[in-house]
Amino acid sequence: MAAHSEGTSAAAPTRTGVVGGGGSAAVALPPARRRSRGSGSWRARLEIALLSAPALVVFLAFVIFPVAMAAYYGFFDWHGYGKATDFVGFRNYTTILEDPDFHSALLHNGLIVVFSLVIQGPLSILLALLLNRRMRGQSLLRVLLFVPYVIAEVVVGTGWSLMLQTDGAVNGLLQKAGFTALKTDWLSSPSVAIWTLIGIITWKYVGFAVIIMLAGLQGIPTELNEAAAIDGASYWQIQRRITLPLLGPTLRIWAFLSIIGALQLFDLTYIVWGQYISSTAGTSTMATYMVSNGRNAGAFGYGNAVAVVLFLISLVVALIYQRFVLRRDTQGALTGGGR
Amino acid sequence: MSAVAVQAAPAPVAPQPRRSGRPGWGSPSVYFVALLLVGVMLAPVIYIILGGFRTNSQITNDPSGLPHPWVFSNYVDVLTGSTFWHEAWNSAVAATLTTLGVVAFGLMVSFVLARYHFRGRGVMYALFASGLMFPMTVAITPLYILVKDLGLMNSLAGVILPQIGFGLPTTVIILVPFLRAIPAELQEAAEVDGCSRLGFFWRMVLPLSKAGVITVGILAFIASWNSYLLPLFILNNDSSYTLPLGVQAFASEYSVDTAKVLAFTSLSMLPALAFFSLFERRIVGGLTGAVKG
Repeated sequence: MAAHSEGTSAAAPTRTGVVGGGGSAAVALPPARRRSRGSGSWRARLEIALLSAPALVVFLAFVIFPVAMAAYYGFFDWHGYGKATDFVGFRNYTTILEDPDFHSALLHNGLIVVFSLVIQGPLSILLALLLNRRMRGQSLLRVLLFVPYVIAEVVVGTGWSLMLQTDGAVNGLLQKAGFTALKTDWLSSPSVAIWTLIGIITWKYVGFAVIIMLAGLQGIPTELNEAAAIDGASYWQIQRRITLPLLGPTLRIWAFLSIIGALQLFDLTYIVWGQYISSTAGTSTMATYMVSNGRNAGAFGYGNAVAVVLFLISLVVALIYQRFVLRRDTQGALTGGGR
Repeated sequence: MSAVAVQAAPAPVAPQPRRSGRPGWGSPSVYFVALLLVGVMLAPVIYIILGGFRTNSQITNDPSGLPHPWVFSNYVDVLTGSTFWHEAWNSAVAATLTTLGVVAFGLMVSFVLARYHFRGRGVMYALFASGLMFPMTVAITPLYILVKDLGLMNSLAGVILPQIGFGLPTTVIILVPFLRAIPAELQEAAEVDGCSRLGFFWRMVLPLSKAGVITVGILAFIASWNSYLLPLFILNNDSSYTLPLGVQAFASEYSVDTAKVLAFTSLSMLPALAFFSLFERRIVGGLTGAVKG
């Protein structure tokens, strides 16, 4: 692996020299940790440069640069070939903000955010508690729960869309069970489709929430529960008074990831509904709006402007969240949590 | 995600299930809930798998029925054709190389961020952490142009490199607490014994952060195996298709042959499922360090 990295970092030292440059070690160190010998030496700088070069190069080239370019193209009326020359200033942005289709996409994203939190949060905590108990078949149960999370969106989308057809398996089951009144157009009825989407999202991503909650539960010392049990606390009292408060940081991280994921949802709705039906059935999201009004309409500049709006909304949400929710846990990474 | 534990001290060993003797059977109600849950979670998966064992007329006449009689021809057709194997190979190559890249580069840069002190370290960490805010969707058009300019269209490299880039933020955020939790005394002791810092990296850090490395490796592998949007833009030539694109192409090519589509779809999800089942316990173990408050 090391040799592998040296191959890609021929030009790297000059590029990352800045990083290790200057009188390093000017950073105040946490008291518990003594500085390792010679961290300002050229040798340490070389190590820093060599070790971080491959990751930095790939990350800057394939993540940061394209994102910056997306911001740049957003100011142009550009159709994807040749240089972007038709500078239109903020016109793309005013068009987006005035487009009712975008408003409804934004509304759907909002619904998805709220219901992801409200449904998956409590559900995943309960499931994690269930899976954290000592019982037979526990690991099998875990694996089965995570199955939807592991399967590709394409597979999930294909499977669900076949099952939810008007003459598909779900309505077939309802028919057999005698709930004929419950049969409905799961995918095409505008009043139902968004709830179908939220249902599929819950089904698919609750496994991820459970993974995170389980990891959090494993970090809680068992002595606390045992002590409480000895003092005569019931199972539910212990969960309410000990487990939940201690799970707080984990919950807050999961909620953050969930919100960002919900704002940027694309694959599922695009595969199940496709670009045309998703707007008539009311399951469009900002990301599907971006693809169908941008790339698929040949308006690359416009699509990039939508991408920027999507990013800014995510960023604002993230910063607000960090400021008011996460500040109790740690300094935010975006505000210098690297230490 | 910024909320990565500052003082997290993950046990650098795989988590020990707290077992004293065999677990009991627990109460029936717990099992009832568990069974119900498994039913709901698995229904669509079972539908896909069993659907592959039915004929189209069975599916049309009774969409929610069981195979009766069982037919194997759909699976046999898919498995004896070359399309599935070719696409599975492409997926496997892309996922393996992506995982190797993410783990190798991610581990190296996390080591620097966790154990060196230099000006700009906070900025560098924030840079990687901010990557969480950029889903590939945001950058997809410029990314497509960049890949085209590099002459990597229709090649797996054009999918692998961006996937490594986009996989790094999660990796760095999970690994840094792990590497930081290795006691400084250990490093000093190694130095006193004449072990260089890179030697320390190889001999101590790698073995001690195994749980975290396995976690990020699995996450990267599964993300790559399932990725859809990027290949959709980069691979337009069906000889370079990965399985998710293959599923879609197959579904549109055989749109009237639902049973065959279901057989193809169910075969395409098996590798990721098998991979995950093998390492499931490790994933939770690796995340424990990253989410501790």
